[in-house]
Amino acid sequence: MTEGGASAFEGVERGPQTSLEPAHKEGEGSTGGPGHPSVSALQEKFGSAVLRTEVQAGDQHVVFAETPRNCEILQWLRDDPAQRYDLLADLTAVDYGGGRPLQVVYQLWSMTHKRALRVKCEVDLDDLVIESVVRLWETANWLEREVYDLFGIDFEGHPDLRRILMPQNYEEGHPLRKDFPLRGRFSRAEQTKRALSQDYRNDYSVVEIALGGTPALRPMDPDELPADPEEAS
Amino acid sequence: MGLNEGDSGDSVEAERISEALDLGHSGGHKGGLLGAGGPTFLTTKVDFVVNWARRNSLWPMPFGTACCAIEMMASAASNFDLARFGMERMSFSPRQADVLICAGRVPYKLAPVLRRIWDQMMQPKWCVSMGACASSGGVFDTYSMVQGIDTIIPVDVYVPGCPPRPEGLIYGLMMIQEKIRSETLADHAELRAETPEMVGRPAANADEVEALSGPFGNSTQQDRLGALAQTQRPSRSEDLLP
Repeated sequence: MTEGGASAFEGVERGPQTSLEPAHKEGEGSTGGPGHPSVSALQEKFGSAVLRTEVQAGDQHVVFAETPRNCEILQWLRDDPAQRYDLLADLTAVDYGGGRPLQVVYQLWSMTHKRALRVKCEVDLDDLVIESVVRLWETANWLEREVYDLFGIDFEGHPDLRRILMPQNYEEGHPLRKDFPLRGRFSRAEQTKRALSQDYRNDYSVVEIALGGTPALRPMDPDELPADPEEAS
Repeated sequence: MGLNEGDSGDSVEAERISEALDLGHSGGHKGGLLGAGGPTFLTTKVDFVVNWARRNSLWPMPFGTACCAIEMMASAASNFDLARFGMERMSFSPRQADVLICAGRVPYKLAPVLRRIWDQMMQPKWCVSMGACASSGGVFDTYSMVQGIDTIIPVDVYVPGCPPRPEGLIYGLMMIQEKIRSETLADHAELRAETPEMVGRPAANADEVEALSGPFGNSTQQDRLGALAQTQRPSRSEDLLP
């Protein structure tokens, strides 16, 4: 939070700032000000893998990390005693349009040091692949499924990468991308027909059905289920 | 004959029933249908009795998906009190419900759920489409939203509004009651016809659904064929590539 009675929106109005100055407030609670201990520590530790840094909205520090090394950097942020970003508050993606790379956003929070940090990795539109962080934070499972569903980013090593919000038989693409037409690609009649032909059993993975039983009107043989839910419908 | 003599007899019949039940509380006339010494039978039309019973004990199946559901709940609460119309029992089980109130927007993912609930409801059944989103998709003219639930299920009454006030919903439900009043058992087979093939299928045909979308009104820069090229072009100066 800003100190000294400044307007809460001052940082928002100022827009993104660079945070090249070294951290001047080491220790607990130093989420404000131009410096951030984790940012300088990251630059020291990983050097060129930290592409650039900036401050948004006054005190939100953003680190752009090299995409192939995202897991390495995030694991260090989670495990290093001076960082301890043990909570993945959010994982999402942004498409700024114009053919620019999509940004995968990791919003981290350290319970120990009460610090927030945002890590961004850019993935090129031609090669939408990034390593999954499910093994670091379990909560990334559904969040990565959502990003895959809406942006089409492939998370390598994800245990169960299926659609989560859109129907399983949805074949019009990934709706939150800038190149996606607002009303979808199919005609309204085709969309209605497809919506009504959804098989809700495809919303469950084979593991979930094995654990919780088949949510079917009639008893179903697990062997009847499609091995790959994407192929069903 | 006798079933279908028209509506003019209704008030006469109502008077006769009222008399028979001694609802008038006339001092001279003691007893009544249930009392000693009164008439032990009454004559009326089957249509009238059936419709009277149906329209005064409509059990709503609330399908509330958005803010319209808040207004629907307000309609059921004490200020507006749907119980006055025999609807105090919100029937959350479709098989025991008479009128489906679809209050709120329905995304495509929910369409089969709505269709299945409608298919599960017993005849006779009616449907109220409450609010702009349920009736036409409202402002959500997007990839994920059903453009009016009448593409999924047949609708009897549309209640406009965003959301409609409880008075609006009550007026819509009273229109259902009016509709029931004019029904006759002679038309039952026609009114209640449902083919098993229609279960789980759209209520509207493809041309009707297509006609709903029309020209792409709320995004004039966009049509379905040119959309890809259009949206890849940066629309703001700061989106331009360096």
